[in-house]
Amino acid sequence: MTILSTERLSISFGGVRAVDAVSLEIDAGKVFSIIGPNGAGKTTLFNIISGIYVPEEGRVRLAGEDVTGLVPERLARCGLSRTFQNLQIFFRMTAIENVMVGRHRHETTGILADLLHLPSVGRQNERTRAAALAALDRVGLAADAERPAGSLAYGALKRLEIARALASEPKALLLDEPAAGCNPVETQELERVIRSIVKDGITVVLVEHDMRLVMNVSDRIHVLANGRTLAEGTAAEVRANPAVIEAYLGVQRSREAARAVG
Amino acid sequence: MNVRVLLNSRLMAIVAVAGIAAVLPAFFPSAYYYRVAALVFVFALAAIGLNLLMGFAGQVSLGHAGFIGIGAYAVAVGPTHFGLPPWLSFVAGAALSAIVAFLVGRPILRLKGHYLAVATLGFGVLLSIVFTNEAKLTGGPDGMSVPHLVLFGWAARGSETWYWISAVSFMIGAALALNLLDSPAGRALRAIHDSEVAARMLGIDVARMKLTVFVISAVYASIAGSYLALFNGLITPEVSGFLRSIELVAMVVLGGMGSIMGSLVGSAILVVLPQALTFLHDYEHMALGLILMGVLIFLRGGVVPSVAAMFARRRP
Amino acid sequence: MAEFLQFAFSGLTVGAVYALVALGFTLIYNASDVVNFAQGEFVMIGGMTTVFLTLAGVPLPLAALIAVVAAVAVGLSLHRFAIEPARGASAVVLIMITIGASIFLRGAAQVVFDKRFHSLPPLFGNDPIRIGGASILPQSLVVLAGAVVIVVLLWVFIDRTLFGKAVIATAANRLAARLVGIDTRRMGSFSFAVSAAIGAIAGILVTPITLTSYEVGTLLALKGFAAAMLGGMGSAVGAVVGGIMLGLLEAFAAGYLSSQYKDAVAFLVILIVLFVMPHGLFGRAKIERV
Repeated sequence: MTILSTERLSISFGGVRAVDAVSLEIDAGKVFSIIGPNGAGKTTLFNIISGIYVPEEGRVRLAGEDVTGLVPERLARCGLSRTFQNLQIFFRMTAIENVMVGRHRHETTGILADLLHLPSVGRQNERTRAAALAALDRVGLAADAERPAGSLAYGALKRLEIARALASEPKALLLDEPAAGCNPVETQELERVIRSIVKDGITVVLVEHDMRLVMNVSDRIHVLANGRTLAEGTAAEVRANPAVIEAYLGVQRSREAARAVG
Repeated sequence: MNVRVLLNSRLMAIVAVAGIAAVLPAFFPSAYYYRVAALVFVFALAAIGLNLLMGFAGQVSLGHAGFIGIGAYAVAVGPTHFGLPPWLSFVAGAALSAIVAFLVGRPILRLKGHYLAVATLGFGVLLSIVFTNEAKLTGGPDGMSVPHLVLFGWAARGSETWYWISAVSFMIGAALALNLLDSPAGRALRAIHDSEVAARMLGIDVARMKLTVFVISAVYASIAGSYLALFNGLITPEVSGFLRSIELVAMVVLGGMGSIMGSLVGSAILVVLPQALTFLHDYEHMALGLILMGVLIFLRGGVVPSVAAMFARRRP
Repeated sequence: MAEFLQFAFSGLTVGAVYALVALGFTLIYNASDVVNFAQGEFVMIGGMTTVFLTLAGVPLPLAALIAVVAAVAVGLSLHRFAIEPARGASAVVLIMITIGASIFLRGAAQVVFDKRFHSLPPLFGNDPIRIGGASILPQSLVVLAGAVVIVVLLWVFIDRTLFGKAVIATAANRLAARLVGIDTRRMGSFSFAVSAAIGAIAGILVTPITLTSYEVGTLLALKGFAAAMLGGMGSAVGAVVGGIMLGLLEAFAAGYLSSQYKDAVAFLVILIVLFVMPHGLFGRAKIERV
């Protein structure tokens, strides 16, 4: 069953076609990865799907409903959540408070009850805290719950964002380069987390440069280059695709060459 | 941390202030001291409201004295021109502030950063111009007198009475603010401060949250304004002017953005300091400016958070 | 028609001063991200220093020169002793520091000078020039000419010199500017110095028309800030256009509507403009990158 799909999505900035007629069909309960060289339009695609940009053309469908142009807060209530490439942590809060914010769409007390701290708010807070702690535990951060978010290491912050998004109990979770800046141990931990998320029936859409992670966890891989679809298939299919090797791995290789020289 | 500990720590600061407020009068040599202390609590009440907006939700307002003006003129104009009892005028002022905040907040809070600053500034200046120019209603630049607050036949007058009223009101205001912060809405507000896009992505209606806290902060300012007018028995457009708005922002920043008790400290500094500096005569403003700059440069997080951090460092 | 011209003349004169204050705001904001609410005090220092030096017998040109130098010294000290030590503080804290500085400078002016209103003799006498049934004071023309000269000089400097290019680079991206070897701190003190000089010159030129006192700075800072935002923060063209527009708006509002509500009209228009164009007339919306 398709949970999330896009139909010929396009957007341009200053005359440059950043995303050009991209169509995706993402199956529920699977890991769907989007890869491509830098500037291929991966994050822009995420920004359209999550309602931050409005596409010039094309449609986005979530669980069968047309959600094109809906604002992020509406999409969140429809069951979409995401993490950010350049961390968007609530740095003035503790780790667990960050994740508690993720429970927002499940919290029901009104502003007057909040001001008066009625017993319902106390009970609500307890439920929220328990759920947040469970989410932190899933990403291996339960021990750091009461630490200020600002004091956590980079890799931990990446997982904190995942816990926060998980706490909102999404149908589909978009992860934007979760392994960027992580060491091999952290990346392995990440792989475990992604597998456990999918086991719970949550669809994961992954944008990632770490090829080993992508090849290990993905059910399907979609390759973008210059805003356009280059190929799509399983890990094995994509790896064998000559166009992908040419456009994508070619860049990778020349980068490796540059690194060797420099 | 379990909930009971959290609750205790939340109320502890207020219990401490209550203790101080109860003991303090023993050291007051004259009514003048009651008067200054009452002013500290009244301005602290307005500062708490602004702190919810600035320190927690991260939205600046350089026009909050406008709401002080609405509250102040409500208790002056209501009884004088419309024959309303003072208590009803007080409530009407708070309601009017809420309505005005609701109406202007919608377009204003879409603005960001310095644009928000200049829009709120313009809004505050507009209100104070109205208070100055509608002389038939407000007495113009000379202001107007305010009748006493009468409740069940008892008239609230005198510095000592107002000291107790304002101290208790401050504690109620602080308790409500602390309640709010430890609630779903409070967490949403703090989230908005750090990352609007992440907050939205978690289902928080950022525009509505900002509007809600703007209305709440306007009501705090309005109530403080009404107290100020009733206590002074006289009101001039100066209460709603640009300098008052700046003073309010200074209280929040000096005490510490995001620190409810900081608002009390900030208010205490800016109310007491000018009184304490009068011996300097002509040099008063120079000293005030220097102290303001010095505190902000060296304790840029505000007095309360900076001092708290110092203690935390000393006790590993 | 004559009436319209009359209002336009007075609006342009006041607008030119607002434009210069707004330009000062923009310069400092671009170089250091600081919204300097002490900007109006530079205008006050320029006017008051010139007044008191001429009263002491110093010839007007020399007095004006010393006043500009004094303002520049104050601007540099402000940057060195109040802004630099607070580097890294939040925007609100920086604004409050400049407000503290403006309270301090006003207090100092009250002690060094006095609390009365003062004027200067106009450069070309007090006989109004008649144009199309309206009259304009020669000094108004001096103010306008001065504003034009300052704007042109600044434009040439920024556009044609390497130093100017460095200023633009700093405004565009502080970190990138530092990486290519631009001393961004020097850019900061430079912007404070130039803003102070511009403010002081505006103060000297306009004093014969509007008078000066120790407290003229507050309202000017307010109006200048409003003008800069009206144009779009960070845009020099916007600052000049915003300043002139604000001056004209006030003059027409005072003339045709009500002199009491002239300030109200100015701020009302600013609110409406910002509601329609949340980044001012010349400001550009940023694309959110996440």
